Amino acid sequence: MSTFWSIWVSVIVLGTIFGCWWLLLATRKSQTTDTETDRTTGHSFDGIEELDNPLPKWWFYLFIATCVFSLGYLALYPGLGNFKGLLGWTSYNQWEAEVQQAEARYGELYAKFGDTPVVELAENEDAMKMGQRLFANNCTVCHGSAGRGSLGFPNLTDDDWLYGGEPENILTTLRQGRNGNMPAKGMMPNMTSDQVDQVVNYVLSFSDRAKDPEAAKAGEEVFAQACSACHGSDGKGNQAMGAPNLTDDTWLYGSTYGWIKETVMNGRQNQMPAQGERLSEDQIQILAAYVYSLSN
Amino acid sequence: MKHEIVEKNLGLMIVLIILTISGGFLAEVVPLFFSKDTNEPVEGLEPLSALELEGRDIYIREGCHVCHTQQIRPFRAETERYGHYSVAGEFVYDRPFLWGSKRTGPDLARVGGRYSDAWQRQHLYDPRSVVPESNMPAFPWLFENRVNHADTAAKMTTLQTLGVPYSDEQIAEAAAEVKGKFEIEALVAYLQQLGTVISEKR
Repeated sequence: MSTFWSIWVSVIVLGTIFGCWWLLLATRKSQTTDTETDRTTGHSFDGIEELDNPLPKWWFYLFIATCVFSLGYLALYPGLGNFKGLLGWTSYNQWEAEVQQAEARYGELYAKFGDTPVVELAENEDAMKMGQRLFANNCTVCHGSAGRGSLGFPNLTDDDWLYGGEPENILTTLRQGRNGNMPAKGMMPNMTSDQVDQVVNYVLSFSDRAKDPEAAKAGEEVFAQACSACHGSDGKGNQAMGAPNLTDDTWLYGSTYGWIKETVMNGRQNQMPAQGERLSEDQIQILAAYVYSLSN
Repeated sequence: MKHEIVEKNLGLMIVLIILTISGGFLAEVVPLFFSKDTNEPVEGLEPLSALELEGRDIYIREGCHVCHTQQIRPFRAETERYGHYSVAGEFVYDRPFLWGSKRTGPDLARVGGRYSDAWQRQHLYDPRSVVPESNMPAFPWLFENRVNHADTAAKMTTLQTLGVPYSDEQIAEAAAEVKGKFEIEALVAYLQQLGTVISEKR
């Protein structure tokens, strides 16, 4: 704040306080009596008359006390322009003190588990209680409070993993996030609607559900061209790029003909947001162990 | 001074009342009009793109600000949950600001990038499909309505005259950028940039 505005604020603030104080004393002085009487001001409205009495004493002293309080407050806390107050209080300092206090208290608890390997940590009851809370605060919005996921958001309690379920895979997923991107019609942007039907039937045939066996047969060639680069020629997927296994009964975006057709036609995009910027390394270690424990 | 003088001179009374009630405004608000903290953008702050700007107007139209604030206060409980506390320089292009005053839902000041686009769409289409405990209303019409692109350039021109640094080129391309887009795309684009200028470990 520049000197001008500092003076501006100080003059107005002090002016208001002393103005109130002066008004209080000045009007009291003009009072002709300082005790209660029956005398009226002489005003009369519809027979209602106004008594001419001073402010009650407790009320008057309360007014004075608020003025004194405000001066004391202004001496201790920042309120007069650039004057920082005798206590040196700022909202930033208060926040930082809160954070440091919490860091001293909780940081130790996290640090206790930060170096323990994930598999071992998953057996530790205390760590898992902490993990559950971290999960509840950071993960349940997408993966659900039980970690079972929903349409488009992976189930973390089963053995099926898009990017791998080993501790280091989970840690990488948590730290860096994941970017899932299936292009519409895979690698074959000019796929005809017949070919879409064929490839959907072929995908269904992995789990013996093809509607039209002949179309499924024709779909093999389309699949090889459009899908196998990511999902593999056998449809078993590729965890290195997060391409799901199409031969099991886990379906992130629905397993029926209609859902799969929708997926082929429009592609699918989704991200797991990176948590490395939001959570500490120790917290991520505990969280990874909790996620690991959900399916192990 | 006698009460009587004030009470019987209306003009004097008006002047004294105005003086009394304007003290707070003069001391607490007026200096902010000239303060660097409130007038200069934080480093890296860009004006909203045409699509994000339309998303912001949808945010206002649907009354999101009635239940969601966009202001993280400097308390640990808030910075732990939402991220770095909000600073004035983040809002210099916000006209009007959308800080809000009541949290029925969570604060959204740093919701950008927190969830995936797909999650935002799913959540706006049917909140309880992803958060069973949610009491947020669903907004399915955002997936059917197209953004009205007729006024986009005019809105940006207005903001330009208010000091938001849009280039003439950006304004010229504004309508084309939003034309044919669904309202949900605009709203998600707006949400995904919220608070992303400042990022810090919680």
